Amino acid sequence: MILVYLIISIVGIFALGWLFRWTGQKISWPKEEWNIYFRDMSYLVGVGFIFGVALILFTLYVYFILQIKFFVWGVQLLVICGVSGYIFRFLGRRIGTEGSRKLFRSMPVTAAFGILTVILYALLAVFADFIAPYEQDEIFEVINALPGGNPDLGGDPRFLLGTDQLGRDLLTRLIYGAQNTVGIAFATTVFSFLIGITGGFLAATLGGWVDQVLSRAVDALMAIPQLIFALLLMTIATAWAGSNKVMIMVYMVLIIAVLDSTRVYRLSRAVGLNIVVMDFIEAAKVRGETLRYLLFREILPNAMAPLLAEFGLRFCFVFLTISALSFLGIGIQPPLADWGTMVRDLAQFINFAAFSPLTATLPLLAAGAIALLTVAVNFIVDWVLHKSSGLKS
Amino acid sequence: MDDQNLVLVKNLKIEGLADEKWIPIVNGIDLHLKKGEVLGLIGESGAGKSTIGLAAMGFTREGCRISGGEIYFDGIDLVNADAKTKRSLLGKRIAYVAQSAAAGFNPAHRIIDQHTEGPVQHRVMSVQESRNDAIELYRKLQLPSPKEIGFRYPHQVSGGQLQRAMTAMAMSCRPDMIVFDEPTTALDVTTQIEVLSAIRDIVEQFDTAAIYITHDLAVVAQMADRVKVLLKGDQIEEADTVTMLSDPQEEYTKSLWAVRTFKRPTKPMVSSTTTPIVSLKGVNASYGKTPVLENVNFNIHPGRTVAVVGESGSGKSTAARCIVGLLPPTAGDVLFNGIPLPAHYKKRTKQDLQKIQMIYQMADTALNPRKTIFEIIGRPVEFFLGLRGKEKRRRVEELMEQIEMDPMTYIDRLPSELSGGQKQRIGIARALASEPSFIICDEVTSALDQLVAEGILKLLANLQDSFNLSYMFITHDLATVRAIADEVVVMKNGEVIEQGLKDDMFQPPHHPYTELLLSSVPEMDTTWLDTLLESRQVDKTVQNH
Repeated sequence: MILVYLIISIVGIFALGWLFRWTGQKISWPKEEWNIYFRDMSYLVGVGFIFGVALILFTLYVYFILQIKFFVWGVQLLVICGVSGYIFRFLGRRIGTEGSRKLFRSMPVTAAFGILTVILYALLAVFADFIAPYEQDEIFEVINALPGGNPDLGGDPRFLLGTDQLGRDLLTRLIYGAQNTVGIAFATTVFSFLIGITGGFLAATLGGWVDQVLSRAVDALMAIPQLIFALLLMTIATAWAGSNKVMIMVYMVLIIAVLDSTRVYRLSRAVGLNIVVMDFIEAAKVRGETLRYLLFREILPNAMAPLLAEFGLRFCFVFLTISALSFLGIGIQPPLADWGTMVRDLAQFINFAAFSPLTATLPLLAAGAIALLTVAVNFIVDWVLHKSSGLKS
Repeated sequence: MDDQNLVLVKNLKIEGLADEKWIPIVNGIDLHLKKGEVLGLIGESGAGKSTIGLAAMGFTREGCRISGGEIYFDGIDLVNADAKTKRSLLGKRIAYVAQSAAAGFNPAHRIIDQHTEGPVQHRVMSVQESRNDAIELYRKLQLPSPKEIGFRYPHQVSGGQLQRAMTAMAMSCRPDMIVFDEPTTALDVTTQIEVLSAIRDIVEQFDTAAIYITHDLAVVAQMADRVKVLLKGDQIEEADTVTMLSDPQEEYTKSLWAVRTFKRPTKPMVSSTTTPIVSLKGVNASYGKTPVLENVNFNIHPGRTVAVVGESGSGKSTAARCIVGLLPPTAGDVLFNGIPLPAHYKKRTKQDLQKIQMIYQMADTALNPRKTIFEIIGRPVEFFLGLRGKEKRRRVEELMEQIEMDPMTYIDRLPSELSGGQKQRIGIARALASEPSFIICDEVTSALDQLVAEGILKLLANLQDSFNLSYMFITHDLATVRAIADEVVVMKNGEVIEQGLKDDMFQPPHHPYTELLLSSVPEMDTTWLDTLLESRQVDKTVQNH
């Protein structure tokens, strides 16, 4: 039955698309450009327009008539994000120095939203101790309180986002999670970039056996699946560290940084190879500049755009790796709050999605926090890439 | 409209989008072209030549729009034509030959497969017919082994051959009009001749109308029936080629014509007792196992300019790389002030490095695009002379005045905010900044317009007089040699063929290769190509007998 509907709607969309283009061509529009636009419109563009309209109608139907809970929340979240991004950009265009205003003027809404989100996360992480209502390891008598704080629906007004199975406040743990997870992920990414960029540029500039040794070592590291390798190394590290939880964390940062730097190495070597053949590198070499000057003053500024994009992407991956390790129980150690661990602890509640949407949101809160940051960082990276691909710096 | 004209352009205006504003590129150009006629478009870069050439095909580049005027091709209104009409014309009745054939061909397909695409798409010929036709065209364009060459990939044939293959491709549907956009600018003088004569023959044979875009006056003199001179989107003047060459009316045209007259007096021969500042003694060099230099000997004396001439691949630039130490010679010595230099630049003292500087051909890749002019020029000032802070800034400003650029305006700009000629000046300033005594100029003017190039040559000459610099001037352009050199070294296949004072070199008798080079430089004479081809034909027949 669904198949029949599907076929009918597809055929209908294609037919309407043709009709749309046909009527567009028949009508003589007041604006000359519109006439030309319809005249040169290809068939599929017409279909695209109709498909877009159909999609909007479908969204409205699900939102207002069917009122599927998760869909409604998703749409609301999307609208809130969009509006907040827009307002942030609007304010940025009017407040601040001439330079910052110019920056905001060239910014798409997505990037504005990304920056706003990252700023919010950063504020949460830095001021977690002041913002969070409770301590991250404080345990209350109410367990599995639902989000919303409405006692009729199983919530508790003291815990806005509910509590977990041990009775810890989820809002508090989300805020502290920003500090732990994001802070550690950031440190790890920076570290992995230091290793990767230095190695990659060295290989590109010196070539010969330095390149061979570094590249083969990286190949060897990359040949082993990353997560499994990380698991293996973490097991060893945990044995070394014993009960010292800080050392486990330090080992984790080091292990993930080294494993992740292989990807950075490959990128910076490839980018570097294109830059070292330029004449200005030759000019600097013949001037007798030191290797350090060559790498970080001549090559690095020219590789900034792709590396920055990679930084955004890598940050997300590192972040997910840490969450994954925590989910498996060998990453960030309890009682420290961490988003990966939170997802793991509450994972089984996802089974309630069909009959109790509110219960199913418990694990989704932490997962959403991860997803939101990942999306936000990528929005910013897209924008930076787009900007730096232009003519001016 | 006039039936006689194949192409008719009236009051054409084109605008381009820059910084979210529409800026005029072409302000009201009229143009007409009959069947079998060749129109030359001449002007500096930025004059709108290519834009007009493309507009005559009814096409504008991304970010440009036709804001006014009319374009008719064979009575068809191209400005208002729909996409379908244009598609049926382009490639079939109107064709385009781009400046860089290497960039114009898809490297992943055989040449002949790209050739047949147009005729088959437009249903002019079947694949087989089109292939046979391609081979016939290759023969007409005198490509070697016309039957096989089409089955090679673009990287497997030389630049000149590829350019001819592209002309053949443009001819594939027997178009009524072809737009040639600087088809020989990227080629050596010796290959340029082949392409020029091939283009001219085929245009004559098929009675094709053509628009020939170039900045080289001598080339346009050979190719065009009429010449139109452009400046910043405006027409300066238009006339028959013969009239235009002999009797230009406007000041700007005269200044274009006069470029080639810049000439320094040759300095007298230095006495044999003076130590040359740089001398190469029996230098051999190779890339991997391929030898590129064989027993190269020449001297450069203080305060003199030695021009090193030859085709691409003759080893000119390699010799320069040996001198600066980037490519250590496998045998022989490079002497600086009579003392042998260590072969590798890493083993040389800071002073050696300071005294030998280099200016590169492509200013785009020679200046770090992420650094300001102050940083670029300031680095050698700081590095070699140890100046910092205010002193460094003052020295950079002084250097910028020496290269005739206003420090206040330019010092904090990035290279991308400068024109080609200005970038090259910054390259010169960077070389000067370390207070060298010897500068290698590697094709410094070949990427520039003639007027700009002349400015650079004059600047280099002035600097030589003020600081007693010695130059090694690598070039393939003999006009440049005439202008600036004191002595000339001719190279071919990694060997020095001939060397001596400039005045002697331009007087016969020559070495046969020098003769070939000299005679291949286009002259401002409409009959030059005919005469040259005739004389070479005679040579060939004599040799064959």
